[in-house]
Amino acid sequence: MEQLALVQGDDAEAWAADAVLTIVGRPQRRVEGAAKVTGRARYTHDIRLPGTLHARILRSPHPRARVRHVDASRALALAGVRGVLHRFNTPKTAFRGEETIFREEVRFVGDEVAAVAADTEAIAEAALSLIVVDYEVLPHVVDLEEAIDAASPRIDEKGNVLDADRYERGDVRKEFAAADVVVEGTYRTSTQLHNSLETHGAVAVWDGDQLTVYESTQHVFGVREGLRNALHLPLANIRVLCDHMGGGFGSKGGIGKYTIVAALFAREIGAPVRCVLDRHEENVAAGNRSATLQRVRAAGKDGRITAIAHESWSNVGQARWVADPTGPTKGLYDVPNVLAHAHRVLTNTGSLAAFRAPGYVEGTFALESAIDELADGMGVDPLALRRRHAGSQVDPVSKMRYSLKRLVDCYDIGAEEIGWSRRARGGLRGSAPGLRRGLGMASQLWSGGGTPPAYATVHLNPDGTAVVRIGTQDIGTGTRTVIAQVCAEELGIDVRGVRVEIGDTDAPYAPISAGSLTVASITPAVRLAAKDAREQLLDVASGVLEVGRAELRVEGGAVVSRGARTPIAKVFEDLENYTVIGKGSRMPNPDDIVLKTFGAHFAEVEVDPATGMVVVERVVAVHDVGRIVDPLTARSQVEGGVIQALGFALSEERVVDKPTGRVLTSGLETYKVPTVRDVPRIVVRFVDVPDTVANNVGAKGLGEPPIIPAAAAVANAVANGLGVRIRHLPLTPRRVLDALAAAS
Amino acid sequence: MPTVRPSGPGAVDVELDVNGIRTPLHVAPHTTLLDALREDVGLLGAKKVCDEGTCGACTLLVDGRAVYACMTLAVACAGRSVETVEGLARDGELHPVQEAFIAHDAFQCGFCTPGQIMSVVALLRATPSPSADEVMRAVSGNLCRCGAYPNIVEAALAAARKGKERP
Repeated sequence: MEQLALVQGDDAEAWAADAVLTIVGRPQRRVEGAAKVTGRARYTHDIRLPGTLHARILRSPHPRARVRHVDASRALALAGVRGVLHRFNTPKTAFRGEETIFREEVRFVGDEVAAVAADTEAIAEAALSLIVVDYEVLPHVVDLEEAIDAASPRIDEKGNVLDADRYERGDVRKEFAAADVVVEGTYRTSTQLHNSLETHGAVAVWDGDQLTVYESTQHVFGVREGLRNALHLPLANIRVLCDHMGGGFGSKGGIGKYTIVAALFAREIGAPVRCVLDRHEENVAAGNRSATLQRVRAAGKDGRITAIAHESWSNVGQARWVADPTGPTKGLYDVPNVLAHAHRVLTNTGSLAAFRAPGYVEGTFALESAIDELADGMGVDPLALRRRHAGSQVDPVSKMRYSLKRLVDCYDIGAEEIGWSRRARGGLRGSAPGLRRGLGMASQLWSGGGTPPAYATVHLNPDGTAVVRIGTQDIGTGTRTVIAQVCAEELGIDVRGVRVEIGDTDAPYAPISAGSLTVASITPAVRLAAKDAREQLLDVASGVLEVGRAELRVEGGAVVSRGARTPIAKVFEDLENYTVIGKGSRMPNPDDIVLKTFGAHFAEVEVDPATGMVVVERVVAVHDVGRIVDPLTARSQVEGGVIQALGFALSEERVVDKPTGRVLTSGLETYKVPTVRDVPRIVVRFVDVPDTVANNVGAKGLGEPPIIPAAAAVANAVANGLGVRIRHLPLTPRRVLDALAAAS
Repeated sequence: MPTVRPSGPGAVDVELDVNGIRTPLHVAPHTTLLDALREDVGLLGAKKVCDEGTCGACTLLVDGRAVYACMTLAVACAGRSVETVEGLARDGELHPVQEAFIAHDAFQCGFCTPGQIMSVVALLRATPSPSADEVMRAVSGNLCRCGAYPNIVEAALAAARKGKERP
């Protein structure tokens, strides 16, 4: 589909690879650092408005049931209860393609049935147990593979397996027939829960017909749009705010039902209403990474990969989209014959939400495991086999050229750092008798080129400080800091003189902070706004100083001409409150070039065949994401992505009880996110070559890339060390032992 | 229909020493220290992430020892010294652990940070020159979903090296 992008003005020339930059590319202290270490940073959970009421949600105890009747009279009689909402008294409020937030047929344990507003959270909680719901219990299915089975209860009249998305290039069937070696494997990944430490939640308050919502979100404008659709308000009447937020990892892309609950109660009762999920609600009803079943066939001939066929089934709950695991199979390697086929499978479990590189994490595990299996079958080093298909500068899907691709450089850097030449077929001896050691690697493909629209303003104050306003949000990645850097660099002032105002729909529009979009979408707009401000400043300075404009430049907070430095404050001194307001907008991406990010992870593991324990000792993470704006926060981003991937690879798994549909791992005691003890040595490297074709800053995104290949690299290292392939994540001791038993 | 009221004994008076300030409270006996601080005192640094002692985001010090505030009753802290992240900076100057967390980028979203910092502060008071292993033991009860762990360990060791930990 053609996209129309309306922009104003001209772009700035990209900073060249050899441009001398003094702030961009240098490590910075996070601009919000002091607020976060002192406890001063305010999150949605911390919003305290006078007279706030508290809302709690009644959730279905059944995986599937029809709500026949709700009796809230006893709840309403409880002192301190201010209102109850349920499907028989709630106005239609559109939510993600459904007409109402309370379904007639609840579809999973945890589905919203009713909500209570009360003076305190404890009273609201107590009132939930006083609501009497008459359920007609219906047959259910929660397991992915059972749901695929035609004998299982059908959740949707069209069946449980939907939306088959198919892609083909070349002739896979012919190549499989002609191949020297064909490998085939069935791979499984488990449902991963985001577990952002700040749970989903919102505080809503009305002032007449003006609605203000504080929400822990990755997209304030997305929340605004969701509220407009639900409540039919003009955009000017909605303001959404998110100052700091405690993690999202993809799950906080728009409004939740809690947002609508808070807004409806707040309007009805005339008081601010806070609706915040607890940890267990978060883990049943706020999204997840789909469990997948994947079949990959790969063929090799004459030392090359000739064909790959990849079919996938993803447990989406009731979602209307699927995080396609076959993306890497289509685009990562220059392989002439590819067949990809993705299915969406409905179950009576909580729906998926985007989770950091949705689909790509799961798909890369299956694809990269299969590539290693093929290399083994062909008797080729797996890295050597990948090299033969990684150098192409043309995207195999669109057939267009990449703006910049340094994947082979990533291989060189990573192989050197991990000591790939030590790798041996059948693995290495471990550090103690009986232990096995292995090396593995995997590649990463993701977008990350950013997109319009995004707009920014830069106010240059009379004292030479500046305020940047842009409606983006800092989800913890350091967005405020890179904005300040780019603004200060372009404007020619100290980075500490820049204040960054974000997380507010009254600021200029910026896209969702997800999908590695942020840096490449917003910093080019910030740069143009700062450039506009600088040019206006020079116009004024030329008049004030009576020096030709062409002879002036801004440097270190001063207007500099030959031999003279005039601080910006001095230039403005006699102009009273003269304020320069620069504005900038993100220019469109080139339309005949493909923007992607690349990388490779190398892992060294030690496995104990007696206990099944896998210990990851070292991960080398190398990424090609264009210019690194802040090496300090970039390294943090990669370490964090690797650690989250290790959870996915080794310990994280949502367990659902099949007879009752209940999530048994909804707390952090049973659901195992990595702790400090689980962290290996992580070596981070960047190719760090600016992508001057992509945008005027030369940077691309880095949120997704570091979570994509680590699990696959670990799985390949385990297979190398043990000589046995485990095709089911996470690689728990049980699965390792079972695989060893099956192999012997 | 008769009005239903929550059962249980009523609120009681209790006085805590919070960051050196005598703080009288009127709370129900089952009120956690975390809720008392967040809802009654207005100290919002300690975070409620799990409310069941599984994440460490509400870690603070009671009589100098790191505890989970969600697992501690406010009434049990009567007359005891409670230290929160808000009490660390003095005269506008950050505590060395806070300073090291910024310098080493030991956080991303920052939601676990107050708890991590309090765990490290407790460690350094008892063990001024800890090994990396001791640091890891001290923060092993503090989850960080962003995965700032390597930098948290670095920050703690750097703060210890500076040796400026105040009693």
